[in-house]
This record gives sequence, C-alpha cells and structure tokens, in this order.
Amino acid sequence: MKNPRWNPYLVGALIGLLSVLTFSLANKPLGMSTGLAQAAGACAVPFLGADGVARNTYWAKTAIPAWDYSTLFLVGTMLGALLSALLCGGFKLTTASAVWTESFGPSQPRRLIAAFLGGVIILYGARLADGCTSGHGISGCLQLAVSGWLFFIVMFAAGILTAKLLYGRTHQG
Amino acid sequence: MSPSLAFLTGPELLGSALVFGIIFGFLLHRGGVTDFDVIVRLFQFRDFTVLKVMMTAIAVGGVGIALLHGQELAQFHIKPTNLLAVGLGAAIFGVGMVLYGYCPGTGLAALATGRLDALAGLVGMLVGGIAYALSYDWVAAHILPVGAYGKLRLPELLGVPEWACYAGLVAMTLGIFALVRKAEAKA
Repeated sequence: MKNPRWNPYLVGALIGLLSVLTFSLANKPLGMSTGLAQAAGACAVPFLGADGVARNTYWAKTAIPAWDYSTLFLVGTMLGALLSALLCGGFKLTTASAVWTESFGPSQPRRLIAAFLGGVIILYGARLADGCTSGHGISGCLQLAVSGWLFFIVMFAAGILTAKLLYGRTHQG
Repeated sequence: MSPSLAFLTGPELLGSALVFGIIFGFLLHRGGVTDFDVIVRLFQFRDFTVLKVMMTAIAVGGVGIALLHGQELAQFHIKPTNLLAVGLGAAIFGVGMVLYGYCPGTGLAALATGRLDALAGLVGMLVGGIAYALSYDWVAAHILPVGAYGKLRLPELLGVPEWACYAGLVAMTLGIFALVRKAEAKA
C-alpha cells in the first residue's frame, strides 16, 4: 500500500482555508460536539420518550435533535474519511493500536470498554466546555477567543498527565 | 444579520454542510490524525502531527477570517469564557481523549475507516451527551456562572491591537514549529 498521508502542514493549511469558506459562505464555524449532543438527544427518545427529550432544557435550547447543519456536517465528515480510506485501501475493521497494546495487551474487549468510557468522558467534557478540539481548538483559537485558548491549554495539560498515568508502563503477561 | 458573502441558506446550507464535512473528514484521514497512535503520542511528545495540523489550521484560518472580518465579509462566533466550565470541561476532555484515543471529530472519521474502538467510543459519546443534557439544569445553575466573562477575545483581554495579536499568533506558530523540528531531530 502506498503511503496515503499528506504533509501535515498542508493538511492544516487546507483545514484553515476550509474554515475560511464555512465562516464566509455559510456563516458557520467548524464544530463537532454540538451535533453529537443533538444525536444523543435522538438516541435518548426510546428511553426518555419524545416528551422527555423535548422537555429537557438543553435539548430544547442548545442542541435540538434534528437534521440541520451541525448533524449533516458529522455525516459528511464520516463520508469524507470513508472516501479517503477507500481511495487508498486504508479501510480496515480493527481495534489494534501500538500504544494501547504496549500498555494493556492485545485484549479487544478491554480496548472496547476503555474506548466506550473514554467516549462518555470526552463528550461530557466537550459539552461542559461548550466545544471540542474543532469548536474550541480550531474555530475558537483562530478567532482569538479566550475560551478557545483556555480549552486548548488545559486539554493539552490534562492529556499529558493522563498519558503518563495510562501509558507509562509496559503490559506484563 | 449574515455577512454579505454568506449566501448559503435553506437546503443549500444543508447541502453545503455535507460537502464541507466530506472535505473535513477527507483531510483528517489524509493528515493521519484519525490514527489512535498518532493522537496519543502527541501527549507523550513522540509525534507532533496533530499539533502541526491544528496550529497551521489556526494560523491560516485565523489570518484569513480576520481579513474577511475586517472587510465585513465574515462574522465572528465567539464562545463565552465561562472559566470554571471551560477549564473543568477541557480537563475532563483531555482525560477522555487519551483514554478514547480520538477527539469527537477524528473519532467519527476513524470509525468511518473501520476502527471498531472508535465505534465503541461513539456509543460512549452518545451516552455522555445524554448525561450532560440530564445534568444541564444543575450545571447551568452551579458551574456555568462561575467566572463568566462573556464573549471575550485576546485583543480585549491583553489590551493589544488586532493586527499585533495575529502577528503574535503567526510568530508563536512558527516558534512552536521550530521547537518541534528540534525535538524531531533529537529523536
């Protein structure tokens, strides 16, 4: 397989230009986690009922479950990554990653449970902060928003500490 | 009011969301940032791909949008500086990112390339979103108001002119890239 990866500076510049387009043509910043919160609202309907979801302050006010710009952007992101992977033969069903296996061994259930928990934690944090790596990290920072830079710095520091604790040792047996 | 270039509305706006998303997802995958190892190794200072992508996007997008904003062709969308909520949320996010191995966007993109751990993480993210919505009234009463400074930008906070802040952003970005180069040469 040929190396499908592009120069990271080029990719960054293109993402920067993409956000210039979304800001100017659609009046929208790049963002991910609002759409995920809207999707969470749709997934909560079987448990809480349509009324329960509609009555919730957050889903009613900030993250209305609907097919709108934010949720369609998520769908697009998945399609784009799939397209890229298919074009370079990079699509593969797997859970393997070197850093994880080095510290926690090859067990797939263990990796899946950790990823699930990580997912719960990351989206709760993203909603509490009102943005994620794209909404705060890219869109916020590039507008020189104080909230964006605060998010970027604290997220980075917390990530360094967590990586030290989680991946600082080698898996035995 | 929308800026004068923002002609995308209604169904065209929805269609553009798909197109912009496809470009974004394509770029994330080509940039290599849909890879668990690439993301986690950033936090171990062993792989700087994510930092290169993000900082270049911030510098290029920042200068581009500032130029358009100066001509009133683009609007800013500033998220409020709620010190406790953003600080605490970002700390929780950092922990989650290293455990999950992706951020919300790169996780979705990774899932689309067949990563099953990213799929488990998506289920987790939906649960996390439900948990946040259910706790929102309490959070809005007790966390969001602490240190709420509104839609604050660095030029106001630092009392520095716009152009100087952007010059500083570009200089800082180049400085970080020089340090990264040095660290990569040593490794």
